[in-house]
Amino acid sequence: MKRAFPILAVVTLALLGYSAYEALVVAPTDRLQGDVYRIIYYHVPSAWTMFTFFAINFVASVIYLIRRNLKADAVAVAAAEMGVVFNTVVLVTGPLWARPVWGIWWTWDIRLTSTLVLWLIYVSYLLLRRFSSGGQMPLLAATLAVFGALDMPLVYFSIWFFRTQHPQPVVGGGGSIDPRMLHIWLLNWFAFECFGLLVFWWRYRLEMMRREVEETQELESLLETRSPR
Amino acid sequence: MSTGTLLTRTTLMKDLRLEWRSKDAINSMLFFALLVVVIFSFSFDPTAEESRRIAGGLVWVAFLFAAVVALNQTWARELRNQVLDAYRVSPAPANSLFLAKALGNFIFVAVLEALMTPLFIVFYNLRAVGPAYQLFAVALLGTWALVVNGTFFAAISLRTRSREIMLPLLLFPISIPALLAMVEATSSILTGEFSAKFWIVLLAAYDVVFTMASLFLFELVLNAE
Repeated sequence: MKRAFPILAVVTLALLGYSAYEALVVAPTDRLQGDVYRIIYYHVPSAWTMFTFFAINFVASVIYLIRRNLKADAVAVAAAEMGVVFNTVVLVTGPLWARPVWGIWWTWDIRLTSTLVLWLIYVSYLLLRRFSSGGQMPLLAATLAVFGALDMPLVYFSIWFFRTQHPQPVVGGGGSIDPRMLHIWLLNWFAFECFGLLVFWWRYRLEMMRREVEETQELESLLETRSPR
Repeated sequence: MSTGTLLTRTTLMKDLRLEWRSKDAINSMLFFALLVVVIFSFSFDPTAEESRRIAGGLVWVAFLFAAVVALNQTWARELRNQVLDAYRVSPAPANSLFLAKALGNFIFVAVLEALMTPLFIVFYNLRAVGPAYQLFAVALLGTWALVVNGTFFAAISLRTRSREIMLPLLLFPISIPALLAMVEATSSILTGEFSAKFWIVLLAAYDVVFTMASLFLFELVLNAE
């Protein structure tokens, strides 16, 4: 498994380079927006990848609550961190696009606001993990993840009551898109998922190693107190 | 009376009596909310028309910040003399303990609201244009929404370093939909421009979802090692 990492890293890098080339050079320019629209090749795939990781975090948290499996907890923390990274990318690229197209950086629209609330909830999740220690931390974090997941539909409904300004989803939402654009879009999504999963896997390994080191240190200090030299 | 209800009643009465004798939480909450009212009042200096529009937000932000004071001391009090450990080893159902604490906080925050509302009315010249009786439903459901999650997250933040700071950091993001519903419902009733029905239903749904979730998960949090 460890030897597979450099190979996968090279493949992912090539994929990212190819999809960036496709998005910036090959993709046709939008008739209305011009070249500004190309940011959606990063914005939307990041949003989808973010949802993948938050879903992984939720499933891992539930598994931890049921089984008390420490591997599930390591998966949960790695997924939450990756989710927050992609969430930040979404929140930064969105205003960059909105300023020239809408004329404003930010608006309290349903998708924008719920993405921001999602970010807030998961940052508080990571803060909780940082500020608590010991064996109880995974359990506390898992309960917070469940609360956050329960909160999201309510967040969505509460903001849904306001007017929506964000463009309707063009994929599966009845909108129309040039098939070439769609093709490059999906390619970018695939590349982002590969990149995200690769880093996620590495982060998970790091977390497991960190725990092993901690356990060994604890064991050593225990042995030292038992047998004074 | 079952053991559960007995435990709920005993713990609730104990907390109320403690608060009645010390008045720690209620005094600091009242003074804090009063400061918010005064500071907002002269930093905005609103006309009656404007204040109807912003009062919903002001009132609930003041109550939310003030409620954190009561919520923070919910479990901290039980740490002295290892009372919380005694709860954990006792066969008493954990949920009765949770309900007692949540009800206690509900009463504290409700008293705060009852005392502060006249002040808000005086300072901001408030008069409801819409149906004022709906404000009771909003206050009832909204206060429960704050304290049920607040009591739960206070139990979580108790286990962290710098626990007093941790509670609002956990509570506020999750409370956003409830806070939005309270603010919007209050504003629509005060201005009389919209119906508050949707927001009241949303608050009720929020209350049901998180009361169930708290009761379901509280035992795990209480016994977390």
